[in-house]
Amino acid sequence: MNLSQLPLLEQAIFVLAALVVLTSFSQLAQTRLTASIHSFAWQGAMVAMVTVLVATASGIPHLYLSALLTLSLKSLLIPWMLHRLVRRLNMEREVETISHPALMVLAGTGLVIFSYWVALPIERLELAATRNVVAVSLSVVLLGLWMMVARRRVVAQVLGFMSMENGLFLAAVASTRGMPLVVELGVAFDVLVAAVLFGVFFFHISESIDSLDVDRLNRLTSLDVKDHQAREETS
Amino acid sequence: MGDFVSPAGWAIAMVQALLFMLGAPLLAGWVKRIKSRLQNRRGPGLLQPYRDLYKLFGKEALVAHSASPLFRAAPYIVFGSTLIAVAVIPLLAVSLPTAAVADMIVLVGFLALARFFLALAGMDVGTAFGGMGASREMLVSALAEPAMLMAVFTLAMSAHSTNLSSVIQFNLDAGLVLRPSFMFALLGLILVAMAETGRIPVDNPATHLELTMLHEAMILEYSGRHLALMEWAAQLKFMLYGVLIANLFFPWGIATQLSLPALALGLLSIITKLMLLGLLVAVAETVLAKMRLFRAPQYLNLAFLLTLLGLFSHVILETSA
Repeated sequence: MNLSQLPLLEQAIFVLAALVVLTSFSQLAQTRLTASIHSFAWQGAMVAMVTVLVATASGIPHLYLSALLTLSLKSLLIPWMLHRLVRRLNMEREVETISHPALMVLAGTGLVIFSYWVALPIERLELAATRNVVAVSLSVVLLGLWMMVARRRVVAQVLGFMSMENGLFLAAVASTRGMPLVVELGVAFDVLVAAVLFGVFFFHISESIDSLDVDRLNRLTSLDVKDHQAREETS
Repeated sequence: MGDFVSPAGWAIAMVQALLFMLGAPLLAGWVKRIKSRLQNRRGPGLLQPYRDLYKLFGKEALVAHSASPLFRAAPYIVFGSTLIAVAVIPLLAVSLPTAAVADMIVLVGFLALARFFLALAGMDVGTAFGGMGASREMLVSALAEPAMLMAVFTLAMSAHSTNLSSVIQFNLDAGLVLRPSFMFALLGLILVAMAETGRIPVDNPATHLELTMLHEAMILEYSGRHLALMEWAAQLKFMLYGVLIANLFFPWGIATQLSLPALALGLLSIITKLMLLGLLVAVAETVLAKMRLFRAPQYLNLAFLLTLLGLFSHVILETSA
């Protein structure tokens, strides 16, 4: 089957899916917090647009509702909440230093290849023409995971977590025409609650270690151990 | 691919090369003019690059005492290999006999040859600026070339050919198909072109500021006709990338048969496309600031990532069992 034989609508789905991966990469490599939040918002908007296109192509009405849900939650509400948090913590201008940005991105492309390899058997199932998107969405999930591993700032890690959810949603929409609405609603509210909880955690972490750098949590324990040893020596 | 011995084809190929040579300074003048307008200056006229070249050709060429014969030969080699590269590219019409001479990989090779001699000439006299410029140019090109080749491969995988004419013909035949891989290849190629032609995020073509210059540092020792050839080659290279981007990704309007109306339409469409691209370059150069040199690897890394994603999206999304 050739791409040029598909209707224009499904070609547009492919283009948007490819752009979702690009936003994942831009989140991965972006050192400014506000810019990563913006690219997360764009990712949500693109996933919502894919959903609208799939809904138009397949004529399933409830997908419009989940597109609206995705757009309002993941590209407007949650980025706005994160933005407000960053502003309140006075971290708008903060730049995270990534030690090996080129290596990090190359490892990300390795993950894309890996997810293609994993998704090969799925493509043989006769699901829909857009089943190729499964590999793409799997790579979005893995890139989110990689972001949580590789980045040190809490906000970046939360963005990685949220974009993992974007990837799962994209897989569901593109391969099986979406999940049942009840499940989608449940997941959406889970994500919302998670975002609120993360906000609370941000405050606690930044209050206790004066930074959102997760590496410093380790240092805190080592300080504690040293304190402990010192106390034992004196006693 | 066209008939290799058709005299009409060869004639049009010659006309194309001539148009390239004559049009390149005009394109440079156009970009400069738009840029001045955007910056609220009046700017030089459109024909200023011609006047500059004319003036330089009439002047005496001074050569430093320490220069080797290579220093004298380099302008001719650089201009010659850029000219050959330009002659291969379909400007007005596809399936010309020159298309059989070289494909996209050889094109990259011609450009690399020109760059190699440019860098050698920069180091030849032994001034500090020449060496610095050469080393910087090599840094940029070593990182830009993989990205450029990756973009070429992305196109070649869809069109099943690395020949420029075949790729353009394939795009024309396919009509409007939204290909994620082409989108990424286009973005990557634009980034590469900006870096390779010394435009603003990487190099500033308007200044001779000591610490930041790349291209200008290498040709600092040249004067007279040597300098004219070097500058003309740089303008040719700029137009080459413009035509490459315009005709590979937006081939509509290019002549497929060698009739006069079709060729006129081809000329009109390429002029429109180049004017639009020049406008885009001028706006980008006005909006963006030049990066620090040490940021250039990151920028080219982005270009490489884009073209790599183009390749992936071709494999993952566009080919299926």
